[in-house]
Amino acid sequence: MNKTDVNKGSDDYSVRSVVMEMKNITLRFGGVVAIKEISFDILEGEIRAIIGPNGAGKSSMLNVISGFYSPQEGEIWFRGEKRPWLKPYQVARQGIARTFQNIALFEGMSVLDNVMTGRLTHMNSNIFSQALWKGQSEREEVENRDHAERVIDFLEIQHIRKTPVSRLPYGLKKRVELARALVSEPSLLLLDEPMAGMNVEEKEDMSRFILDVNDEFGTTIALIEHDMGVVMDLSDRVVVMDYGRKIGDGAPDEVRNNQDVIDAYLGVSHD
Amino acid sequence: MLYREAGDFKTSYIEDNQTFPIAFDRYRYYAILAISFLILPFLVNDYFVNAILAPFLIYSIAAIGLNILTGYCGQVSLGTGGFMAVGAYSCYKLMTAFPDVSIVIHIIIAGGITAVIGAVFGLPSLRIKGFYLAVATLAAQFFLVWLFNRVSWFYNYSASGQINAPERTVFTIPVTGPNVEPWAMYMICLIFAFVSAVIARNLTRGALGRTWMAIRDMDIAAEIIGVNPLKAKLSAFAISSFFVGISGALFFAVYLGAAEAGDSFGIQKSFIVLFMIIIGGLGSIFGSFAGAALLVVLPVILKLIGADFLGWPTGLVAHIQLVIVGLLIILFLVLEPHGLAQLWRIAKEKLRLWPFPH
Repeated sequence: MNKTDVNKGSDDYSVRSVVMEMKNITLRFGGVVAIKEISFDILEGEIRAIIGPNGAGKSSMLNVISGFYSPQEGEIWFRGEKRPWLKPYQVARQGIARTFQNIALFEGMSVLDNVMTGRLTHMNSNIFSQALWKGQSEREEVENRDHAERVIDFLEIQHIRKTPVSRLPYGLKKRVELARALVSEPSLLLLDEPMAGMNVEEKEDMSRFILDVNDEFGTTIALIEHDMGVVMDLSDRVVVMDYGRKIGDGAPDEVRNNQDVIDAYLGVSHD
Repeated sequence: MLYREAGDFKTSYIEDNQTFPIAFDRYRYYAILAISFLILPFLVNDYFVNAILAPFLIYSIAAIGLNILTGYCGQVSLGTGGFMAVGAYSCYKLMTAFPDVSIVIHIIIAGGITAVIGAVFGLPSLRIKGFYLAVATLAAQFFLVWLFNRVSWFYNYSASGQINAPERTVFTIPVTGPNVEPWAMYMICLIFAFVSAVIARNLTRGALGRTWMAIRDMDIAAEIIGVNPLKAKLSAFAISSFFVGISGALFFAVYLGAAEAGDSFGIQKSFIVLFMIIIGGLGSIFGSFAGAALLVVLPVILKLIGADFLGWPTGLVAHIQLVIVGLLIILFLVLEPHGLAQLWRIAKEKLRLWPFPH
């Protein structure tokens, strides 16, 4: 896995290059405005959190980035270029990987096969080579298996690599899903509530993995999370959404002290 | 004790990726191959080949084809009979138009033609799923059979409306027509079945197979990791139809010798192949063979026991067969949706520990 920690380690955010920039995104479903004129950017090598109360439009935002929804207004700039409207699989080929809020693994396949599907964008041997299992296809199988094994090693799921995914407990499934996203060597990794439904220990494990991924591979991460403690500890910068609008943006401490955010998200004190 | 993997260490990914990673499995596989290629051709007689081996091998190819589409890619199809007819009729047209070209090449090209037709009829799968797709493929079944009965160009304007396989040879040994030796019929079916199974196995364990299974298990997640659903589904339809087309060509040219679209490739064919993969096991190449074997051998055994041994009327035996097949399908769907292949897998798990329970 190549380390792409360009500009990494610099705390001065003006130095880092912009991976993705959202400009005035508006998304409507019929009359419902899910996202209203939101702009923010994601910088190289940072962990960017998107938070907000239920129904704030966080998941919609992630779906816009990963190409599930196409916004009615606004532009998405990826690596300095305006992104045309792309289908989700084309977005994936640009190097954007994601996990889902509800685990979306391939239940009928083993852990290893699930992780290997994450390498599909890197495999392009022709069908005849695959039918004979000779030449390019065999080479690719071995090369990509090597990548897959490194990620399996990294996320400490070696012992279950041949187990069917349907037999795994929830926490491990989440980790396998992270492995599948990570193995494609994404330049931007989107995590939709990576810690939802986990106990404290699993949350700590997952937080460690997210930090390690960011640290060791220099992967840029955008995540949605409800656990405020986790968000404040993990992320470099936070976007706060409420009712489809952006009400705060900045370092965790700034956001924590922002009166709008306190009112909308953390709630006004009643005592 | 009998069946163990302890001490069988893999030191490379190539070794770990092989079809039969466990040594015992591998030797069993070689033994079966040796028996079927080197011993059986000298033992078979006319009845054995015509009643059991040839239909078993040909149906296995069709079941492998349908299993790729339904078992691996999750797209239900009821058009198998129609696609077999495409293979049969294109093989017939090729045989009569180019008599000098080898029949083996004709059968493969017939598979290729079926692949194209299959991909065209697979187009609705991009919009509809499950039950609705099954109905759409049913339209393919009826349309294709109607087409082959209706347009006389397909059967070379013969008065009977049938297609008849002229005699063709491989290395001067006739494999089609009236003078086929039983062992020659068996060998050509066996070679096609063997090569089909190897190719299908390689495709399904590699990148393409993972693409299909990803679409089967969760199409949204598949798309998000970079699978183009259009390519994945159409390639499944095409490759599935390729095998089904080959089996249709063999069924007509080698096994039946003469065919008529409605009789030989009707809706019953679609159902029987679907039953084979349900009973044999969805998403398993071995299951395709197991299902085909069961559904081919069952009527033969029932006839032996019922009609020949107990002396029941043949009509009754035929009905009992329908009842048993129906019962088997219901039992498998309820108790073991992954079919005989899964039972076999469980048996192997148990054998690994035998004679100790844990």
